[in-house]
Amino acid sequence: MIPTLIVFGYLAIVVYIGVFAFRRAHGKQEVEDYFLASRSLGPFVFLMSLFGTNMTAFAILGSSGHAFANGIVTFGLMASASALVIPLTLLLVGTRVWALGKHYGFITPVQLFRDRWETSHVGTVIFAVQAALLVPYIIIGMMGGGTTLEVVSGGRVPYWLGSAVVALVVMTYVFFGGMRGTAWVNTFQTTLFLVFGAVAVVVIGWGMGGFRSAVEALAASPQSFLLTRERFSPLYFFSYTFIPLSSIAFPHITIFCLTARRMSQFRKTVVFYPLCIAAIWLPCVFLGVMANRATDVPAIQEKLDARETLVAQAGALPKGEAAALRAKAAGDDVLLLLLDHYAPIWLAGLLGAGIMAAVMATDSQILALSTMFTEDVFAHYEGKARFGEAAQVHTGRAFVIGLTIVAYFIALRLPESIFAVAVQYAFTGFAGLSPLLLAALFWRGSTKWGALASTLSVAAFVLGIAAVNAIVPAPPPGQAIVVWSLAGQDLLVRTTGGLSMLGLLPVVPVVLISALLMLVVSMLTCKPSPETIARYFPARGGPPPLGGEPASRSFGS
Amino acid sequence: MKTALLVLATLAVYALHQDFWFWTRAEPLLFGFLPAGLWYHVGYAVLASLLMWLLVTHAWPGQLERDAELPHEDRRP
Repeated sequence: MIPTLIVFGYLAIVVYIGVFAFRRAHGKQEVEDYFLASRSLGPFVFLMSLFGTNMTAFAILGSSGHAFANGIVTFGLMASASALVIPLTLLLVGTRVWALGKHYGFITPVQLFRDRWETSHVGTVIFAVQAALLVPYIIIGMMGGGTTLEVVSGGRVPYWLGSAVVALVVMTYVFFGGMRGTAWVNTFQTTLFLVFGAVAVVVIGWGMGGFRSAVEALAASPQSFLLTRERFSPLYFFSYTFIPLSSIAFPHITIFCLTARRMSQFRKTVVFYPLCIAAIWLPCVFLGVMANRATDVPAIQEKLDARETLVAQAGALPKGEAAALRAKAAGDDVLLLLLDHYAPIWLAGLLGAGIMAAVMATDSQILALSTMFTEDVFAHYEGKARFGEAAQVHTGRAFVIGLTIVAYFIALRLPESIFAVAVQYAFTGFAGLSPLLLAALFWRGSTKWGALASTLSVAAFVLGIAAVNAIVPAPPPGQAIVVWSLAGQDLLVRTTGGLSMLGLLPVVPVVLISALLMLVVSMLTCKPSPETIARYFPARGGPPPLGGEPASRSFGS
Repeated sequence: MKTALLVLATLAVYALHQDFWFWTRAEPLLFGFLPAGLWYHVGYAVLASLLMWLLVTHAWPGQLERDAELPHEDRRP
């Protein structure tokens, strides 16, 4: 009961911070203040909230659950690949987005695309695909919230209620606190988790009688593969380096890039980002692996038994029974179970609150959706002029509530793990959209038709992945089902974590085909006007670009 | 020349992610419990941070910030 009360107390603090403590919208800058905190975030809040926005249920519960089943490979797949690619994209793309946003007053990425490619409806298509792809990311936040509250409360708060509580809390402070509230809540949450993550490692290590003996026992067991990467092919491992391309293409991250007071605030963020990733992921992955030796925790022993039955009787089990065993063997809650068993009751509550902190990064996605709908659809199609500013805000919130309800019901029924949902749909989709940003900022030859082809190809791919995953159920860990082979070559294979194409994660063909379509279709179609291209790619030493600025302006160059 | 060296350094760090030499073994264990495939990638994150420091020091797009402050008639209200 005490841990539950601590977590609910924490939720109350979060609502207070988000709604009351940092609400400062006044007068004519109200819209920019609500959506972008008046582009005024300082260096510490910018780093912590940007980092916190990326550290979701995926990073905490998803990573430990994936490591529980697959071992230490999880860190290399996601954490270290992200440690290089995410800050690199922030430096190359984020700074340019910030500069363009500051100069032209953009609030969303679609506004940038519409201006850059002189288009209206193609921007709307991009908005629709971005909004649809954000749904899986919102779903994992709800799955994480439901799982956390259920385990921390010892089952008193069921999964469906926990997910609903988290969704309500997040929507409350996002709707009332806007970007400023969201940023401060994220800063508070990230700091909390960074502190408690380290405490969790010490407490659980102490409780398990030291990690050294646990690792030695694991190395001597049939599960020794968890300490190496022998079950993963180097090609599959390599393909994960494409996943972090999604980060900068996520609308909530692109929008976050616009909130910095000065561009120099990117400096510290870019340098410290890899260290923050290691600090969050190392305890989660390591504890996820160590959970395989926590056989004195009854719920974990049940998971291990279920996994063993699945592996031993693969193919012989009826469909329903196999699905039930897969659900029982899922590891999204192992970190919470370790805390519940090994930490003192008050500390388990605090650590649970720390985990809840990271899980609730859904806030940025909800705010981004509200911002995008309000700006890219309602205001763009003259809704603001016809129905007024109040209707604009209400419609944006109604859109988000509708989408969140859809996400909630999907979260209640989804059989896949947090890690699989995030990687297969959200990350793959947004990585596929990254060529749009790169082409808009770095290639003067790109066109709206290229952007449309690229966007539609991503949507088709993600729908295809979802369809195959729905038709072919996941095999037990370590096994695979060949879905499509040609001339003896396995083209499409269903694994526990999702699909693989030619031995690669689907994200690789998605990104390459999206980039290829952008290239080919742009070369075959009409470019935007020379004036627009000159605004984004002014010639150095040439005539002044539009607006009479000096010719040295270097957006996108 | 400086740009080429920075690009080369970035590509080298990207390539180092593929540490096939620690693929099938857990040893050497750091502190007696951290498997090689794990501590190597924690070290990799530190290396990525050093690379980022190098990039922001030698390839910072400062011109963008100065240009962003310029007034523009096309700015949205």
